[in-house]
Amino acid sequence: MLQFLIRRLTGAVMIMFLIGAFTFFLFYTVPQDFAALSCGKNCTPENIAVIRENLGLDKPITTQFWEFMVGIVAGRDFAAGSCPAPCLGQSFASGEFVWDSIMDRFPLTLSLTIGGLVIFLFLGLASGLLAAWKRGTAVDKTVSGASMVLSSFQIYFLGPIVLGLLVYQTGWMENPKYHEFTEDPLAWAVGLLIPWAVMATIFVAQYTRMSRSTMIEQLQEEHVRTARAKGMGRKYVFFRYAWRGSLTPIVTIIGMDLSSLLAGGVVTEFTFDLAGIGRLAVESSVTKDLPLTMGVMMFGAFFILILNIIVDLCYAYIDPRVRLA
Amino acid sequence: MSDNVTLPKQGHSDTTATTGEELLTVEGMAKHFPIYGGFPFKRKVGAVKAVDGVDLTVYKGESLGLVGESGCGKSTTGRLITRLLEPTDGKITYMGQDITHAKRKELAPIRSEIQMIFQDPYSSLNPRQTVGSIIKSPMEVNGIDPPGGRETRVRELLETVGLSPEHYNRFPHEFSGGQRQRIGVARALALEPKLIIADEPVSALDVSIQAQVVNLLKKVQEEMGIAFLFIAHDLAVVRHFSQRVAVMYLGKVVEVGDRESIYNRPRHPYTHALLSAVPEVEVEGDGPPRERIRLAGDVPSPINPPSGCHFRTRCWKAQDKCATDDPPLVQISGNSEGHLTACHFPEDPIVTAHGKDVILDPALAALEDTED
Amino acid sequence: MTTLTKTEDTPSPTGSDAFLSVRDLRVRFSTEDGIVKAVDGLSFDVERGKTLGIVGESGSGKSVTNLTVLGLHNPKTSTVEGEIVLDGQELTTASEKDMEKLRGNKVAMIFQDPLTAFSPYYTIGRQIAEPYMKHTGASKKEAKARTIEMLDRVGIPQPAMRFNDYPHQYSGGMRQRAMIAMALICDPDLLIADEPTTALDVTVQAQILDLLKDLQQEFGSAIVFITHDLGVISHMADDLLVMYAGRAVERGSVREVLRAPQHPYTWGLLSSMPRLGGDINEELMPIPGSPPSLLNPPTGCAFNPRCTYVDTVGGGRCSSERPPLADGRAAACHLPVDQRQDIFIDQIKPRLG
Repeated sequence: MLQFLIRRLTGAVMIMFLIGAFTFFLFYTVPQDFAALSCGKNCTPENIAVIRENLGLDKPITTQFWEFMVGIVAGRDFAAGSCPAPCLGQSFASGEFVWDSIMDRFPLTLSLTIGGLVIFLFLGLASGLLAAWKRGTAVDKTVSGASMVLSSFQIYFLGPIVLGLLVYQTGWMENPKYHEFTEDPLAWAVGLLIPWAVMATIFVAQYTRMSRSTMIEQLQEEHVRTARAKGMGRKYVFFRYAWRGSLTPIVTIIGMDLSSLLAGGVVTEFTFDLAGIGRLAVESSVTKDLPLTMGVMMFGAFFILILNIIVDLCYAYIDPRVRLA
Repeated sequence: MSDNVTLPKQGHSDTTATTGEELLTVEGMAKHFPIYGGFPFKRKVGAVKAVDGVDLTVYKGESLGLVGESGCGKSTTGRLITRLLEPTDGKITYMGQDITHAKRKELAPIRSEIQMIFQDPYSSLNPRQTVGSIIKSPMEVNGIDPPGGRETRVRELLETVGLSPEHYNRFPHEFSGGQRQRIGVARALALEPKLIIADEPVSALDVSIQAQVVNLLKKVQEEMGIAFLFIAHDLAVVRHFSQRVAVMYLGKVVEVGDRESIYNRPRHPYTHALLSAVPEVEVEGDGPPRERIRLAGDVPSPINPPSGCHFRTRCWKAQDKCATDDPPLVQISGNSEGHLTACHFPEDPIVTAHGKDVILDPALAALEDTED
Repeated sequence: MTTLTKTEDTPSPTGSDAFLSVRDLRVRFSTEDGIVKAVDGLSFDVERGKTLGIVGESGSGKSVTNLTVLGLHNPKTSTVEGEIVLDGQELTTASEKDMEKLRGNKVAMIFQDPLTAFSPYYTIGRQIAEPYMKHTGASKKEAKARTIEMLDRVGIPQPAMRFNDYPHQYSGGMRQRAMIAMALICDPDLLIADEPTTALDVTVQAQILDLLKDLQQEFGSAIVFITHDLGVISHMADDLLVMYAGRAVERGSVREVLRAPQHPYTWGLLSSMPRLGGDINEELMPIPGSPPSLLNPPTGCAFNPRCTYVDTVGGGRCSSERPPLADGRAAACHLPVDQRQDIFIDQIKPRLG
């Protein structure tokens, strides 16, 4: 187990290094003068030279890369001050350290994701299990049909409708807004309720269909029949035997959804006018703020890697045949 | 369908097939599949010794049966001989030519002479191809143009294996398991091979269908003079089909000889155990009682086979020598010509009950003691 | 009905002294292609402590029959008619609750492939102990002790340690032993073994068969032993039922059926099997054609399209009239009994060697 973790983490560090190298060379070798970009409108060649020196752009590309990588691990010094580790560089546009910009936005993204996840997992798995349990009945057909309809919705379609109804037409609720959880948990929940509900509506369908179909598949397994043949009750067999086997595919999908949501749910954030990581990524690329773009990319990649490791750990926990060595 | 099988006679139609001329020889052949693991970097930490020093000779036109239980390496042996796998060690000679490590190009002419028939008639035929193109494709790949054209030849082959020439344009799913296996036989015959490796060709079929395919293969073997390496776990089927039989255990041939010797005068304890375990259709009291040998447990893992004689851990005659010396496969005293046994302490050459039953299984022994 | 289940001494409704009695069982599945007549008018009895062998090829309905006895068929897609009476209790109409009390307790089952028949997610010990706790109300500790004792009885070395192993850590033969331990843990009166050794190697098969036989003597269970292998059945069973296309075609004691089989299908099975003691030069006599589709079984005798003796019977009877299977030693064939005997002695027996 420990061996597995160490090996996977080592692998993750190497992949992060490769991603860093890839994005760095991709961005910094394009024929663009970043000093000019960050200088603004009224720019003199002298100003550009100063900026270039401040940003270290006058040094050879390999030296720049080395400094960038060292910065992540140990922090580095800019003209604007010392940037503590993990230092992902300094934004061209605002002069802020990239890590600080990301950390400003991340709590929102995290709240949005975790809140939505809890709701759609709960509803999705519950309705999927219900449909599987009542397979072939009216309940099953209603649940399956509803999930088909819901899965065809998109956030940018459903979001404005819900906003229009609950906020603008009736005034029952306020526009979604982010409050710090630590300051006011109630305001935090109320402020994000609409986006959570809309996200859940759309994601729930996928989980309903998947949990229903894997459960039905598992119920045909021979070991499920054995459990029935030794007299175990239907409920027991359903929840102990079939459900256990359905977990692996479900965890896989959760891992994939989580990592893409954490790396930034761009559409969600724009629909509800919330400033999260996804929005930060879009803004940075529009303003050609390369350090920020790179920072967000590496941050996203980091989450995907970590979640993959967690998913693998879950596999081993669920299925004793998956040995971690 | 099977009753009117017509066969073009090719070569010699001598039913006592063994002409004594070597077609294929295998010496010390081994296949070790590496296992990777370890920390912090994965590396080779061991090997599955699937085949661990096999010696075999297939003579022209004979049928050699290769029997053993799962994990004994019999299927891997078949795949090594057809060079679907590359041997780790040893030497394979086909018609005097060393093909152990032959390259693709060198193998090409030989590949058409050594054909394979697989176990599963459902997965070994491409479901999107017609029967005609399945049987035709080996001829196309090898650029063979039989007189009268390929299609005519395919129709002939269909008739040979007891199907109708009209089946040419049908798809595999329209056929039953037994008929599919006939298609597999027709495909193997398309190139007029000298040797057919049949890997459990009838074990996926129902009993009544099995006999149809066994009879077909027997006709093909005898009348067309094709040599067979018949790989199977069913000792009765092998006895029916093969003039000579080799018994494998954990990657090695432990006994080989003509049918009569192996089935009636076996010397290796494992051969005795195997024969005694076969559930024969018999009514109690009819005929002489057979030996009753019940081994303990399953075959050990080929990752770490026992030292010396591989069978010693389950053998009731094992002594210290068995752990240190690997017994050679030789003609031990009392054996007839060509009957080779790899054992330090061979059994008496009879299969009827004599002396006490050998019960190594502790649970069985305990239950049967209390009964007395 | 309710009064009958109370006392064991009450004679079963059919009047026979059989422990399990199946009468005119019909099982149909509705599939996309139509109705499959998986079992079509099957009757048999199993006596206490005896073994009934059911022999048939794939699609003969032998497995379906026994899943139906335990009520493990899918009630939504299948219909069951006829009677299944176990120890005086009618099972086709029994409630799910009552069936759950029977399963694993009074009637246990052993499946073909012990790898897929155990759940990969739980330890062997837990899976064996589960039915014991459920049916006897034993505590976890008692169940564990009993499980270890059973594992020991079936020959699992170091049973206390292997209790906590998962199925994939057992070898094939060990898994089947564990399956037997699971089936016997509640000391069932009836054991249904569905091809229990087909997935095993021959030397392991021999161990398991002997073990099953010895344990039967000790536990006194009746066994329904399902297999396609006449050799296996000749060593295991007291009585024999030969099935073809969802119907019983021949019935009798093992000795009777194997010494003097009366049905052309049984002749076909015997003469298509190679034997260790057979004559090598005698060609195998396969049964021509393939087993019929149960969507659309042949009219009359289901075996008639593959039977060599249709003309001997004559009059098109074989394809128009379904031959009945009488009680006791019998075969469902239109040939007169003495003619069947003659054919067996003159034509079939010499081939069997």
